[in-house]
Amino acid sequence: MTKLTELTLAEARDGLAKGDFTSRELTQQYLSNMEQGRELNSYIVETGDIALNMADKADEMIRAGNATGMTGIPIAVKDLYCTKDVHSCSASHILNGFKPKYESTVTANLWADGAVMLGKTNMDEFAMGSSNETSFYGPVKNPWRATKENGELETKDYVPGGSSGGSVAAVAAGMAIAATGTDTGGSIRQPAAFTGLVGLKPTYGRCSRWGMIAFASSLDQAGPITKTVRDAAIMMESMASYDVKDSTSVERTVPNYEHALTGDIRGMKIGIPKEYRMDGMPDEIEKLWQQGIEWMKDAGAEIIDISLPHTKYALPTYYIVAPAEASSNLARYDGVKYGLRVEGDGLDGMYKNTRAEGFGAEVKRRILIGTYVLSAGYYDAYYLKAQKIRTLIARDFAKAYEKVDVILTPTTPSAAFAMGEKSDDPIAMYLNDVFTVPASLAGLPAVSVPAGLSEDAMPLGLQLIGRAFDEETVLRAAQVLEHATGFSAKPKIWWGEK
Amino acid sequence: MSVDKRTVAKIADLARIAVTEDELEPLVGELNNILEWIEQLSEVNTDGVAPMTSVVEVDLPWRADKVTDGGYRDAVLANAPESEHGFFTVPKVIE
Repeated sequence: MTKLTELTLAEARDGLAKGDFTSRELTQQYLSNMEQGRELNSYIVETGDIALNMADKADEMIRAGNATGMTGIPIAVKDLYCTKDVHSCSASHILNGFKPKYESTVTANLWADGAVMLGKTNMDEFAMGSSNETSFYGPVKNPWRATKENGELETKDYVPGGSSGGSVAAVAAGMAIAATGTDTGGSIRQPAAFTGLVGLKPTYGRCSRWGMIAFASSLDQAGPITKTVRDAAIMMESMASYDVKDSTSVERTVPNYEHALTGDIRGMKIGIPKEYRMDGMPDEIEKLWQQGIEWMKDAGAEIIDISLPHTKYALPTYYIVAPAEASSNLARYDGVKYGLRVEGDGLDGMYKNTRAEGFGAEVKRRILIGTYVLSAGYYDAYYLKAQKIRTLIARDFAKAYEKVDVILTPTTPSAAFAMGEKSDDPIAMYLNDVFTVPASLAGLPAVSVPAGLSEDAMPLGLQLIGRAFDEETVLRAAQVLEHATGFSAKPKIWWGEK
Repeated sequence: MSVDKRTVAKIADLARIAVTEDELEPLVGELNNILEWIEQLSEVNTDGVAPMTSVVEVDLPWRADKVTDGGYRDAVLANAPESEHGFFTVPKVIE
């Protein structure tokens, strides 16, 4: 018999419905895997008691015939989501000890559908990072390690990507069926690509941001991290909703995304943007992309070359817009309302000392950049200019979607790198998101699908970007791609009991 | 455009982050690297382009201007590092 923790979300749902096992049994196996995997540091807090309680309630829902796609499914929740009376600190010291008295809308939706919370996952502090090395709670280890030429596993640690690094490590290591992530410039898609998982960032406005600890409000979106495209479709449907508490959430019916997975993309027009062929991109990424194009062609799609001329400006634009919004959002951490307080000379001294001690280096860097680009005399040259270029980037996509239904690109310019390799060079770290940031700036839905392995057997992903609110086409194409890749590799277990 | 130590000190002051003299010099280098890299945006012609204000094309919803929720004083104060008599407390600001 397959171990319960090897099941996909869809398989677990079906097994629960048939009564093959209970949510309590499933949850217990996950809790035991979590204990084995503590050295990966993917969970900041494990909520075993809450999980078993929720599992029992889910089992009742199933017995009563009230099950949904998520009922009884044990998931991990990124620390950025506010969960009532449970540690919610966005992996920052400045929110030290914060236990909100309310529940985020996205997690409330999941719990209403009967999902089970296993714990809160580690992440880059305030979601600022691409390697999960900026967390106050220490870095997360990627369950994947490269394979040496002699066939043995490397003994050094690799980053899981970021910012949703704990979420992906938990799913990849069998410590959660699925996890919530959040994506501001690639924080779901890049870590999913680094760990052989599916990561979906929906259209901006598809999910409520209420109760998500804000980083850059015009970019932040919630989304699922799962083992398969079908799992992502099921979880996305539960997470999405219109919410009067978030004026940027959009009042549209949430479709049954699983129904969109017809397996048929004949005649679908898939755009290949020439600007994503970057200088210095490793051959294996280019090869994988070409292979992806072939797979989609074989499935009956029509491949169309397109141009997104402002692509190369997306990343520097992002590094004005996101820090500007962050500097404003993070002004709320003042040692008065919640979290850390460090006394100082008067009120101003207390603010300054609290913020100096509470924020990590990368967060401070971004607050300072944001403060500078918004300051008198520089606003027009930086922030206004960036928002204009953002319009041009969105126009590029709008023009492309006159000709194509979905766009296929690599997710990242490389596979996961070793811990510490890029932590001294902010710009090298930022370049990780070169392929994911454009869709974020334009608010478009995008998914990363595991598509192959690098030369040293680390996972690589391909990205599909769709029209606004057309997650269905994105998911349909993604499932066909997933099927074509035949990707089934799993990390070899090196952690836990030896 | 680039920043010097004085500017970084001023930005840190605006952002209410205490920065020691030792930390200033490395920050100047780091911020200038980033600003230099961002500088490439100046080559893009944005004449007549409207800045983006909303990423998806929707009208912001309206609602009646009335109180619909509230009364959570204790919940609001529950996470305060210091509170007294139902208020947040801060260091003395008036002598």
